[in-house]
Amino acid sequence: MKSLEEVLAEHPFFRGMKEEHIRLFAGCAAHVRFEAGAFLFREGDPADRFFLLRHGRVALEVQVPGRGPTVIQTLGEGDVVGWSWMVPPYRWAFDGRALELVRAWSFDAACIRGKAERDPSLGYELLRRLLPVVVERLQATRLQLLDVYGEGKRSVRSPA
Amino acid sequence: MYAVPPDPYLPEPAVVVRRRRETQDTWTLELRPASEEFCFQPGQFNMLYAFGVGEVPVSLSGPPDRRGVAVHTVRAVGAVTTALVQLRPGAVVGVRGPFGTTWPLAEAEGRDLLVVAGGIGLAPLRPVLYHVLTHRERYGRVAVLYGARTPQDLLYRVELGRWRNRLDVQVEVTVDRADHTWRGHVGVVTTLLPRAAVDPGETVALVCGPEVMMRFAAAGLERLGVPRESIYVSVERNMKCAVGLCGHCQWGPHVVCRQGPVFRYGDVGWLFRVHEV
Repeated sequence: MKSLEEVLAEHPFFRGMKEEHIRLFAGCAAHVRFEAGAFLFREGDPADRFFLLRHGRVALEVQVPGRGPTVIQTLGEGDVVGWSWMVPPYRWAFDGRALELVRAWSFDAACIRGKAERDPSLGYELLRRLLPVVVERLQATRLQLLDVYGEGKRSVRSPA
Repeated sequence: MYAVPPDPYLPEPAVVVRRRRETQDTWTLELRPASEEFCFQPGQFNMLYAFGVGEVPVSLSGPPDRRGVAVHTVRAVGAVTTALVQLRPGAVVGVRGPFGTTWPLAEAEGRDLLVVAGGIGLAPLRPVLYHVLTHRERYGRVAVLYGARTPQDLLYRVELGRWRNRLDVQVEVTVDRADHTWRGHVGVVTTLLPRAAVDPGETVALVCGPEVMMRFAAAGLERLGVPRESIYVSVERNMKCAVGLCGHCQWGPHVVCRQGPVFRYGDVGWLFRVHEV
């Protein structure tokens, strides 16, 4: 049977990470499971953990007055869910809801932050892996803001 | 290259045989041109003439192996297109075409194929899927990534479902915005790129959609390892004569109606970053 460290090392987030660092992460990890429709977290609640998805999809939702819950992004297998745990005041900015059965690794935020404080090389490694995720999602969000499909002339090859 | 019709300036009458609503503002028209020999290659377009209103270029979006039929998906965005989508079966339109370059389906044989479409950009790619799924054995893995604004803006929903049910093609659909009843992906189409189950170095990618989406999709494809010369885009410009003479659709050194609309990204990628081309 594989050790927890070996299983974690297979997740894209940990690929190529030093064993000693993976061991530190493993000390803060728990296996969690959510049924379809269950919330991983709710907007405004303490962001005391983050998740690495192993199976299933999660919708990030926001309650829009008059429109109800609106999905702003979906995340799937291999994705990181949550970075509110890294930035004060450590509160979730959105709801996270399982769209189907979700299996994930959950990491205790205080535990990880404490280890990163004590071992800057771990903190750097963590940021080096989280920052590209943040940048990628920021860029995707900017593209989403452009509402590109709304410019709408394609297949009609002129606006006549 | 392609063969220009005998008199490329003369519209032929075509009867509207069927019309089908795709979304709130988009319709698919099935036309029967006077010439029973009418045929086209995936990627090409026709000039459609709404009598008394005007003429517009519209991609062919039907099966390429059905002779004598021209299928067009039209979004009502102006006077001509609004007139076109209001036509009922039995009405007559003028058709010139087909014109333009084609998707490189022969080059893609023996390799993986990745189709990336945004919004109504799925229409010019649908003939590719008809062809590839008819000749499935000629291609490696096939993946279709399709993004739209909302679930209500998705084209060809029935066919998307049918393709998705096949075991030999991967279909991923995403929307920019959705309510909680939507069970699919939410996010721009480029976020699906890492999920495409293809071998990047052995993949031909066909991309069609708004220009900004194609630019980001091409950049994402290159990051994944798809060679620049294996990425193709279909470009939209204001085509008028459709035979490369009037210059309305000039795009840098290219005349889109004749040298396009399908281009190798390696040849035109730089133009996407030039302002006011």
